[in-house]
Amino acid sequence: METILVLAHTEADGTLARSAREALHAARALNKAIAGSQLLVGLIGENIQAAADSIAACPATKFFGVSGADFTVSRYATDAAAAAAICQAAQATIVVVPATSRWNRVLPGVAQRLGGRVDTHVTGLTEAGGQPAINRWYYRQRMEATISRTQRPWFIAIDPGSQPACECGAGTATVASVAVNLTEADQRTEVIGTREPKADAQTIRPDAHLLFVTGAGWTKKQADGQTHVPEAEKIILEFLKHTRASLGSSKSLVDLGGEGQAVLPFLSHLNQIGQTGSTPRHAKGLSTCCHGEEPHTVGWRFINERRAISLDPNCGWARGKADVLYVADAFKVMVKLNELLGQ
Amino acid sequence: MNTAYQIVVCAGIVPDPLQTLEPVLSPTGPALKNEMMLPAVLDPWAGHALYEAANLAKNAPGSKVWLVSLGPKAKLQQVMMTVAQKVPFELVALDGPASGFTEAAEVAAALTEAIQTIPGLDKSKLLVFGGWESASRGAGATMQMVGERLGIVDQFQGVDQLTVGADGSLEILERIEGGKHQVSKCAGPPALLGWATGNLPEPKNNPQIGMTNMRTVMPALQKAKPTKLAGEGLAFASVTLPKQLRETKVVKDKSPEEIAAEIAEWINK
Repeated sequence: METILVLAHTEADGTLARSAREALHAARALNKAIAGSQLLVGLIGENIQAAADSIAACPATKFFGVSGADFTVSRYATDAAAAAAICQAAQATIVVVPATSRWNRVLPGVAQRLGGRVDTHVTGLTEAGGQPAINRWYYRQRMEATISRTQRPWFIAIDPGSQPACECGAGTATVASVAVNLTEADQRTEVIGTREPKADAQTIRPDAHLLFVTGAGWTKKQADGQTHVPEAEKIILEFLKHTRASLGSSKSLVDLGGEGQAVLPFLSHLNQIGQTGSTPRHAKGLSTCCHGEEPHTVGWRFINERRAISLDPNCGWARGKADVLYVADAFKVMVKLNELLGQ
Repeated sequence: MNTAYQIVVCAGIVPDPLQTLEPVLSPTGPALKNEMMLPAVLDPWAGHALYEAANLAKNAPGSKVWLVSLGPKAKLQQVMMTVAQKVPFELVALDGPASGFTEAAEVAAALTEAIQTIPGLDKSKLLVFGGWESASRGAGATMQMVGERLGIVDQFQGVDQLTVGADGSLEILERIEGGKHQVSKCAGPPALLGWATGNLPEPKNNPQIGMTNMRTVMPALQKAKPTKLAGEGLAFASVTLPKQLRETKVVKDKSPEEIAAEIAEWINK
């Protein structure tokens, strides 16, 4: 009999993120599919009662929790100790978590500690022949596999955005408190805080409807034989202001910055999409001045509608990677587009 | 405070990202078509970890960098011909599969065993580096398991910056959601860092470094321990390429005004 535990951490305000509800939805679906399985919930955070109450109506038969000031911050040693304690208390055989940066850091270590196995970046959780099975991508989203395991506990991190969120109602949850004995060694690391660009300079917006990708062409010589980097910067930032799109970049453009060249100063490696960058999820994506080669476009796997503007009619986008390719000068198109969006 | 570090970088090898990859079923499970024929490169994020390690070692006199790598011996040799010219390191090689379909826990066990064989390893000076994910399995799981096996509980993933404080403490920037970094301060080694991109460009080839490295690389390859990864308990029901190939509409004959209007309508839809 499988004991399915959903592990989640609270956010800074004590709530559960949407990704936690997505993991709960996936776990509940598995729980329904596997006869005789039971569903449990484990929560970690400074104060977890409000989070537990917010999903009290879910079909979990028991709630476990680790709370206190030591568990407010995202830190490997304390999170690993807390997660391991809850998994042991719940005697979980399947542990489902949202693949947040906090869980991604710690989950494989917890699996190792408890003698289990782990799968991350999971995009599907199903039942096959009475056993759980998962879907995940290999080689940077180039191929998809369906796998199952005999080892338990099996830790599964669900990629945010890959599942619907559960709509469990609120209520009053009874949470069994799990004790965690922290040692001095668990607190050698102090989390100081977060660092982010100023609000108006933050160009990475995971919740945006549109991904706007800038390729190296923006910094290359144009038809007049000159580069127009300041103009490119103005056009791109104006477009972001109008659309609130999330800004991505191909590796080549980011690397130019890394090599000390003064190009598009608002781009960093965090904006990079593809082989050595991120694979974001947005409803739409617009690519400009980018060739659409495979190492970049593997990062577009989860972009539903794709359009591109490129001067090269034979670029990668034309070979089945975009829905529409506009063969045109992106500088000219984007200026006109900004005019329209600004009206 | 001047600390000499022992920096162990775990780095796999992966097919060159420009290659077309196709899965096939082999007697031992899924594999890549013509896998042994595909040109290989050092895993990109692990490469960043190596360059950061070398930079740290350069700025902390007395430090040393080891590169621990698991892969087919012939492939490792091919990759080392390039990598060895970048930064100084001593290779610890394991002769085994570099496939993305191998089990992270088994790879972690093999890497840990190899690390533990490094003579004179001092845990109070030990920093274990690696990529936060690979370009093959892409799980971001192996490093944490290596850390657990070595008893290191100060672990960081998605690291973009490491700064050594005057007191020997380590200030570390890790990537978190929404384009932000979490800032942490660790008292010092031992620690494990899974690197994202970092801040350093790829070093230019330096033949002198290459000559020095190759003196130890070739013997390390010759005595690379054969490593079998059984994939116990793991079953692949299928491995497939994505079926979706878009019917791209190529628009060549419209003015910038017309294209802009079409895109604006699409964005606002």
